[in-house]
Formats: sequence, structure tokens, C-alpha cells
Amino acid sequence: MIDIRSQFPILTARPGLVYLDSAATSLTPTSVIDAISSYYGTLSSNVGRGLYATAEETTSHFEAVREQTAKFLGADADEIVFTRNTTESINLLASVLEDRIHEGDNIVVTALEHHSNFLPWKRLAGRRGAELRIVPFGEDGSLDLQQARGYIDSRTKVFAFSAISNVLGATNPVAELIRVAKETNPNILTVVDAAQAAGHSHIDVREWNCDFLAFSGHKCFGPTGIGVLYGKEAILSTLPPYQVGGGMVQDASAEETAYKDSPHRFEAGTPDIAAVFGLGAALDFVEEVGIDAIHGYESTLATKAVALLHETFGNDIQVFGPTSTRQSGIVSFTLDGIHPHDIAHILGEHDICVRAGEHCAAPLHRILSLPATARATFSIYNTEEDVQAFIEGLKTAVNLFRT
Amino acid sequence: MSSLYQAVILDHSKHPRNCGLIDHPTHHGESKNPTCGDSLSLDLLIQDDLISEVYFHGHGCAISQAAASLLSEVIKGKPVETALALGPDDILSLLGVELSPNRLKCALLSLETLKKTLASDSENKV
Repeated sequence: MIDIRSQFPILTARPGLVYLDSAATSLTPTSVIDAISSYYGTLSSNVGRGLYATAEETTSHFEAVREQTAKFLGADADEIVFTRNTTESINLLASVLEDRIHEGDNIVVTALEHHSNFLPWKRLAGRRGAELRIVPFGEDGSLDLQQARGYIDSRTKVFAFSAISNVLGATNPVAELIRVAKETNPNILTVVDAAQAAGHSHIDVREWNCDFLAFSGHKCFGPTGIGVLYGKEAILSTLPPYQVGGGMVQDASAEETAYKDSPHRFEAGTPDIAAVFGLGAALDFVEEVGIDAIHGYESTLATKAVALLHETFGNDIQVFGPTSTRQSGIVSFTLDGIHPHDIAHILGEHDICVRAGEHCAAPLHRILSLPATARATFSIYNTEEDVQAFIEGLKTAVNLFRT
Repeated sequence: MSSLYQAVILDHSKHPRNCGLIDHPTHHGESKNPTCGDSLSLDLLIQDDLISEVYFHGHGCAISQAAASLLSEVIKGKPVETALALGPDDILSLLGVELSPNRLKCALLSLETLKKTLASDSENKV
């Protein structure tokens, strides 16, 4: 494999850093940092209207990244809306769908969801007098087709679920879930939260047949400040604007406003242009390494870590999600007698970065009856030495609390 | 590197003092720290403006548990006025460590619960 670690300057700047919090945000390769810097250093113009060289170049590169993002998802460029992050993508969608939801309708989400794919739907249902239904997850942490089917009926307007749980790390059968949902109700709108999948696992919106999909740049080696909302052209083009203002109108007067077509209709105001440039470089990085290679490497490393956790800590450790073979780099766990925050803090004192808490998935933790879990995420730049350091760090924590 | 997990904190988190419930407390209060999922409840027995009994219980990280244990020792047998005068710096000096803003919330959960319990006197009186 190409030398991955040398492409991440933070690993040189901070020798000894064991970064295992990539489900929160991934590290950034040099090419992405350079793309951001090159925008400010050589172009520094706004997108859209300028008739001079740097403005035209900025616009054409900006739109080229839209094309690239479309290709990355298996979509067309006019189906790609740039947002700030997954959260904004889903809030945008929930907001523009408001007129379509009526009293007596229902919205179906799952108990696995991150707050960003839960609260916008909960609020929308509340505002429109609709019912929010929550599909439970199975013991292995993934969604069951037949169970999901039971929650969907002729009044279901939206079915929103994540491709990969940000806590349990299990991969859901996205295409099958959508097929089952549309068999039950052909008019249902399906929304896939791909925040943990993008850049780490294969995505194809045509193959999946999802109506909408959201992801963030910063979880797939890109910068913060850039998110994507994919929407099927036939649906996106019928939806009203989200925010109104600059860059999204054809014409405006006191009497009338003519909005641009999608996707520009949904992109009011100057976007984070540098972040879009950075996203382009991140998608190049993913393509260069290969999505299957990334997915294989991360899942294999996580599987090894889980085996070592069981081997080292026996009955004292509880690992959530798929039992043996992991399907992503995400591993959440608890250790008997040590609060997850203390685990994260002690590891942090050894420069090992893991997360502790609810990981923005309070409903899931309520169901598991856990106040918190600790989470380690294994990404493409992590090594077997990192796994070893992680295990040693946990041993230190155990020794501190057991002696 | 100086660890946050000093002997005092480990001792009090592993063997918390005054941990439990009072059958008929004169004052009761509860608090939660949503960032950690720490929760704490506090029972007080106050007679003639004197805190004669104090018991806390809850679950949370070592810092929140140790702080509650240390605080309970300080206020037991003291006038209410003394408890009311306690501030964040007193808790930090009891713990004997420096804390990041995130962990500060864990450390101060018990103090917050105490203030709440004492302030909402009539409401929480059992």
C-alpha cells in the first residue's frame, strides 16, 4: 500500500500520537491542506459571478468538485448540494419537506441514529402533528429488514437511517432496507445518513436507490465546514428553497422572486469555497488509496483490536456491535469498574485519543441502559502498534483502579 | 507527566465516604451532567442550621464521585452558612489537581447539587 502515514503531517508534528477518534473527525492529509491553502493563496475569489480570471477559475474548480462528488456517490452533479456538514444537510431536508408532512402522517427513524438524524425528524413530526416511529436494532447492532417493514405503512412520509452506526459500527443493509420500504409504500422518501460511511465504505446512490443521502467532509479526510446533501433530481427540483439570499435567485423584485434551479437554489450565501477545494482533494485521496482497501484495512484493524480486548480483559470488557468480524473501524466498549470518561482521560494522558460519552446518540445509550461508552475508531493511518498502545493504555487504567 | 488520578482522587472514588441514602432527609436534591451522563443525588439532615447528616449517591466518573465524597466530609457537622460559602476553588483544592473545562463540570457537580439542595429549601424538603 502507498505510504499513508507520511501523508498526514500531524503524525510527524506530534510523534507518539495515537489518534483513535476518527469517527468524530478524521486526520487531514497534506493534499487537502494544500488545496485549502492554494485557494486562499492563488485564487481567493468568490464563486458565481466574477468575470475575471481568478473568479472564473474558482467557479470552475468549485463546480468540478461538485462533479467529482457526484461521481463519488454515483450521482449527477445537479443532485449535489453543498452544506456545512451532515447535520445541516439533514436539517435542510427536514425544513424543505415540512409542507409535505401532515397530521396523521408518520416519520420512521431508528434507535441507532446520531442526534443529527434523529432530532430534525423528531422536531418536524412534532411541528406537523405527525408520529415519530423508532425502529429498534438487533443484537449485532444492525437493522432487521422484516422488523423495519413493520414500522412502515401508507402514511409513512420519510424513512431515515444511518448506513453505519457511529456507536456500534455495524453496517446496515441499505439497499435492502430501501427496497423493503418502497415495496411497502412506493411514495416514501428514504434518507441515508452516510456520515460514517463516506470515504470508509462503498456508496452508490443508484444501486441503493435512496432519495437522499448526507455526509460530512471532515469525517472522510476532508476539512470541516463542508457537507453534502445528495437528492434525486426529480425530487430535489420540486422542493422549495431552504435559506434565501445571495447566489440562489434568477431575479428578484418587490413583487416576484424567481429562484435558481437545484442544487444552487439550496445554496444561499457565499459557501466555504476553500473547504469545497479541500473536499475535492479528500475524494482524490480516497480514490487513490481505494475505497475497498480503506474499508478492508479499517475493519481488519478493528477486528484485531476487538479480539485483543477480549483476550486481555476477558469478562471485564463489554464490546458493542458485531460480535466477531467488525464491519467498520468503530469499536465502542465499557470496562467494568471504570467510567468511560476516566478511560478516555487516562488514555489521553498517554496521548491516545479515544472518545467517551454518548457520542451524540442518547436514545441508543438509553436502550442499552448505559450512561456512556468509550469509543475507539481505527482508520487508514492507524497501525498495529496503535492497537498495542491502546491495549497497554487500558491496562494502565485497569491497574490504577484495581490496585 | 502528572496524572489527574492522584491518590486522594482514587481513594475517594474507590471508597466513597458518606455514600448512600437518608431515610428521612430534611433536604434532597439531584443533578445531572449531560456531557458525561454523571448523576448525583444528595440527602441532608439539617437541624438548627447545622448539617448533621449528609449522604450522596449516584454514578459517574472518578472525578465526580471523589469530589462528592470529599465535599460530604467537609460539610458534615458544619453550619449551613459554611456550606453556602463554598466555591469552585474549594473543591479544586480538595481534589488537589488542575482540571480542563470539561472535567471541571464533573468536579463541580456535587457543589452544584449542594447549592441547589440548600437553595430550594421549601420545594425539596421531604
